[in-house]
Amino acid sequence: MTSTKIKGLICRECGKEYPAVSLHVCELCFGPLEVQYNYKEIQASLTRKKIEQGPKSLWRYVDLLPIMGEPTVGLHAGFTPLVRAKNLGDELGLDRLYIKNDTVNHPTLSFKDRVVCVALTRARELGYETVACASTGNLANSVAAHAASAKMQCYVFIPHDLEAPKVLGNLVYRPNVVEVEGNYDDVNRLCSEIAGEHNWAFVNVNIRPYYAEGSKTLAYEIVEQLGWTAPDQVVIPMASGSLLTKVWKGLNELHKLGLITQMGTRVHGAQAEGCSPIATAHKEGRDFFRPVKPQTIAKSLAIGNPADGYYALKAAAESGGAMDSVTDDEIIGGMTLLAQTEGIFAETAGGVTIGVLKKLVKSGIIKRHEVTVALITGNGLKTQDAVINAVGHPTRISPSLVQFQKTFNLSKTGDSHE
Amino acid sequence: MVKIRIPTPLRPLTGGKSEIETHASDIQAMIESLNGQFPGLKSRICDDSGEIRRFVNIYLNEEDIRFMKGKDTPLKDGDEVSIVPAIAGGAHS
Repeated sequence: MTSTKIKGLICRECGKEYPAVSLHVCELCFGPLEVQYNYKEIQASLTRKKIEQGPKSLWRYVDLLPIMGEPTVGLHAGFTPLVRAKNLGDELGLDRLYIKNDTVNHPTLSFKDRVVCVALTRARELGYETVACASTGNLANSVAAHAASAKMQCYVFIPHDLEAPKVLGNLVYRPNVVEVEGNYDDVNRLCSEIAGEHNWAFVNVNIRPYYAEGSKTLAYEIVEQLGWTAPDQVVIPMASGSLLTKVWKGLNELHKLGLITQMGTRVHGAQAEGCSPIATAHKEGRDFFRPVKPQTIAKSLAIGNPADGYYALKAAAESGGAMDSVTDDEIIGGMTLLAQTEGIFAETAGGVTIGVLKKLVKSGIIKRHEVTVALITGNGLKTQDAVINAVGHPTRISPSLVQFQKTFNLSKTGDSHE
Repeated sequence: MVKIRIPTPLRPLTGGKSEIETHASDIQAMIESLNGQFPGLKSRICDDSGEIRRFVNIYLNEEDIRFMKGKDTPLKDGDEVSIVPAIAGGAHS
């Protein structure tokens, strides 16, 4: 079954239209291309009920995703828990705080599983046999895993200084793992050159218009899980700025299609202080940013030249959202706070989100009674080194009841429940 | 003289030249001068209202002119200007 829901690609800047091929830059004005939908046609058949009866994955929103046929790659991604975070809310002074928990996304434990299943399904539709990506780690893991299951050839390009678990999390799927001597921005530049020479589907280069749409599903899920209401705000970590841009787009689509009647959500952006080109521009009231050389433990967010920085600034401004950044210590503080209040072990990017959430509450931008959602996009097991000095050590004892009780100051009978 | 580096996607308009030298007092005058030599170049760099397109970066001696005076940024002898599309292209279609 071939759908006509996709009209083609359109330049976000000058409006020049293109067919739905693998192309990401406007040949006239160099603006980024995005997918254009036939919203009228989609609206005619899309209802809450239809979505609710769909699969328990992000493919329940297939009508709003840029593939022509049925999904073929990554059938179980998405539909992650929206956790009512009462303990963390108590700690921060929020009555209605939720964590969108993509630390348990399938199959590689980060929100990248959302974008990759869309990108690879589309890449197959376009006839590609080889997939590739430039990555700060999580994306590479997801591309490698999905390529293995889809039996596609795979090259992943990563900076040379990634966390060991993210490197191993590529190698185990047997793709070609290319470690580039440089930072993510160097990797990205190299991949653009390679994409010009080899006819491969680079998910975040020539397939980017399709790939990026997968992030919208975070917005759809949050709204559905809140009983088809839009939250007052979402706090979103920013690397390229694409995620924030697409969450904002997703919310607007649901409103435009009449699936929600009201949408006054503010989208707030979170960055690490050691790599905050977007948050800095926002603070200084500019709509352009100065690229930086990243210096942060939040390596998954270490993009110094963010491709969607301008649109992230625009989305935050349109929605009335704020942006802020946090230090490495505040990131670690955010990670341990989330773990110790909600039992969720997030990677460093999650620490950035929680750190900025805390700051926005303190400064009065986020208010106690408002429905607030924090996006936690990756799993702490991949960035254990970041917290290794902040979590203490186990208490070592010999296998002796007496020593145990002595060590923990437990009286012999007093604490017994027997 | 000011030296201007031309990015690959614009070279079909400059007869394949990757570097061009010109006399110009500021960025605006430089763009007009380039367009005089290579008609059509301005419309790729600037939008209909004459503003530099958002996804075209212009660097004067490695600094983004947005952080200086934009189009009015003065040029002097020996300056080097680079025109760089913000998003690298070159993908198959």
